[in-house]
Amino acid sequence: MVKQVPDTANISGKVMKDDGTVNRAKLPAIFNHEDKVALELALQVKERYGGKVTAVTMGPPRASDILRECLYLGADEAYLISDRKFAGADTLATSYVLCEAIKKIGGYDFIFAGRQAIDGDTAQVGPQTAEKLNVPQITYTEEIIEVEDNHVRARKKIDGGYEIVESKLPVLLTVLKDAVQPRPFSAKRVMAYKGAKSLMDLEKLAEENSLLYIDKLTHEYEERGLFIKTLTMDDLKLDEERCGVKGSPTKVYKIESVVLAGGSHSKVAPTKEAIGELIDQLMSDHIFG
Amino acid sequence: MNFKNEVWVFIEQREGKPADVSFELLCKGQKLADAMKGKLKAIVIGSGVDNIAEQTFNYGADEAIVIDDPSLKHYETLRYSRILNDFVEKHVPRIVLFGATVIGRDLAPRVASHTKSGLTADCTDLQISDVTYLKQNHPDLLLQIRPAFGGNIIATIITPDVPTQMATVREGVMELQPLETPKEGKITKIEYKPNALDELVKIIEQHRESSKVNLKAAPVIVAGGYGLGTKENFRLVEELAHTIGAEVAGSRAAVDAGFVTPDRQVGQTGVTVRPKLYIAVGISGAIQHRAGMQESNKIIAINNDPEAPIFEVAHYGIVGDATEVIPAFIEVYKHKLK
Repeated sequence: MVKQVPDTANISGKVMKDDGTVNRAKLPAIFNHEDKVALELALQVKERYGGKVTAVTMGPPRASDILRECLYLGADEAYLISDRKFAGADTLATSYVLCEAIKKIGGYDFIFAGRQAIDGDTAQVGPQTAEKLNVPQITYTEEIIEVEDNHVRARKKIDGGYEIVESKLPVLLTVLKDAVQPRPFSAKRVMAYKGAKSLMDLEKLAEENSLLYIDKLTHEYEERGLFIKTLTMDDLKLDEERCGVKGSPTKVYKIESVVLAGGSHSKVAPTKEAIGELIDQLMSDHIFG
Repeated sequence: MNFKNEVWVFIEQREGKPADVSFELLCKGQKLADAMKGKLKAIVIGSGVDNIAEQTFNYGADEAIVIDDPSLKHYETLRYSRILNDFVEKHVPRIVLFGATVIGRDLAPRVASHTKSGLTADCTDLQISDVTYLKQNHPDLLLQIRPAFGGNIIATIITPDVPTQMATVREGVMELQPLETPKEGKITKIEYKPNALDELVKIIEQHRESSKVNLKAAPVIVAGGYGLGTKENFRLVEELAHTIGAEVAGSRAAVDAGFVTPDRQVGQTGVTVRPKLYIAVGISGAIQHRAGMQESNKIIAINNDPEAPIFEVAHYGIVGDATEVIPAFIEVYKHKLK
C-alpha cells in the first residue's frame, strides 16, 4: 500500500491561503517515503522467496504518478483505487476502501505499508486495514528476519527497545523509514513503463482526441502490459455510506493558521554585559546557581 | 442519543511498570469527565497489575477495570485489541484515550476500526464543548486539537456522529498532577477468555534498555537545532549544558542531521518538556518543536535570525551567532559563580 502525499516539508508562502488553510493543489505531490521503504522490503522478500509484488494506492487520478514509480522500482503490477466519492476520507473510510480493494485483488501473503504518511502522521491506516481484513499486524517493522512454513519472523520497534515476533501469514506490516534503503529506478523499467496509464489517464486521452475510444485504448494498453488497473466504487461494490466524507467519523471543525503569541520577549544584546545581567536575573529567580 | 459520558483511559504497562503517559491521560481525563458529569475509568490489562490499578485512583480514576492473566504479561495486538473491542462494544464509553506510544498507536487504530469510532492521533489538547456542526447541536463533544500539515495549521477535529470518540496523546503533553487525596475508586475484575486466534502472532524475544536520558525530569535544558550547522558547533551546546548543569536536547532537524541522539529530541515527535529553563540555540522554532517546549517556565532563544518563530515563545531573546554567544555565556556564568 503506497500513498501520494503533499510535500509538507516544503511549504512555502504561496501554499498557505489568506484564510490560513492549505491550498493542496499548490503543493508538490511526492511518493510517501516510508511507503517506498515498504515497497523495497516487499521487493526483497520477493527476491528471496519468490512471488509477485502488487502496488496499491487510493487517491485522485494524479496518484498514478507514484504507481508508475512503483513499476520503475520493480512492482509486477499496480492498482489505482480512485473515485470522486472517496474524496475527504479519513483513516477509517480509507481503510474500508483499501480492505475491499485488497480482498478483490486477493491472493496475498504480505501487505506492506509505511508506518505513516507525512501529511497526517497518524499511522492508523495500516492497523485499521489489518483489522478489517481480519489479519494480524506487525507495526514499526525494522527487519524481516525469515519467512518459513507460512510464517514470518520480524524485528519490530517497541518503546525503549525491540522485539522479535513471529506471525502466521497473511500479515500486514508497517515499516520504519530506516528498515531498508529503497533502490534507485531501473533505467530499463523506466523505459518500459513510462507510458503506463490508469483508466483515468486513458479517459483523459480519449476526451482530448475524438479518434480514440476508451474501450479500445484500455484493451491496447492491457495488451502491452501498460495498463494500471483501476478500481472505482462500482467495481468494488462499496457501500457509499462508508466512503469518503460520508464514511468518515472525524470531521475538521476548525482550522487556524498558526498565530504566534506576539513577541513579548525581552531583547538581550549579544554582549557579555547584557548576558551577565540575564544570568543575574535568572539567579535571583532561583533558576540558576 | 443518550450517553453515559464515561471517559476511559487505556493504562499501558511495560514489564509491570505503568507508563507515565497513562497517568497523565487520567489527569486530563478527569477534567473531561467532570465537564460532562461522567465517570473516569482506567482500563488495566496485564499480569499481576493490581498495584497499577490501585495507583490509578491517585490520578482521578473512579473505577479500574482489570483484566489480569499470565498470557497478558506483554502487550500483544490481537489479545489486547480483542479485549478492548468487546468492552467498547458492550459499554460504549463516550471517550477513550491512549498514549501515542508504539503500543498505543498499534492498539488504538485497531479498536477504532472494529468499533467504527473516530480516532485522532497525537492530540496536543483536548476539551469538552457544545458544538454546532452543520446546523446540528452536539452537547459535550470532545474537541481534538492537533497540529496538521507539517505544523502549518492547528486543526480541531470532532467526531459528532459516532458514540465513541478516541484520541491518542504523546507522553508529556498533558500535565501529571496527582490528587492530594486519592479517589476511593473500585476495582472491577474481568475474567480473561483466551481465543485460538490470539496465537497467530508470538513474541520470540524482547530487548529493552531503560533510557539513561530523562529530559522530562531535567530542571534546565539546553537544546540545539539545525541552525548550528555542524556537529562541532553542537558541542558548544553540550559545553553550555555541562557548565550550567543542564540536560542536552535537540530539535528534530538536529537529530536527523546526526548532531544529537533521538532519545534527546524535544517536540511533537519527541519528548514534551516543561523545565524551569529552556535554552534554544539555533532552533528556528517550527510548531512541532514549540509544542514540545513552550510550557517551559522560562525560555531563552539564541538565533542569528531575528525573524525566527522561536522568539515568539521566548521570554529572553538573543540575536547573534551561537559560536560567539555561547562562549560568552559560559565565560560570564563561570565568572559569576566564583
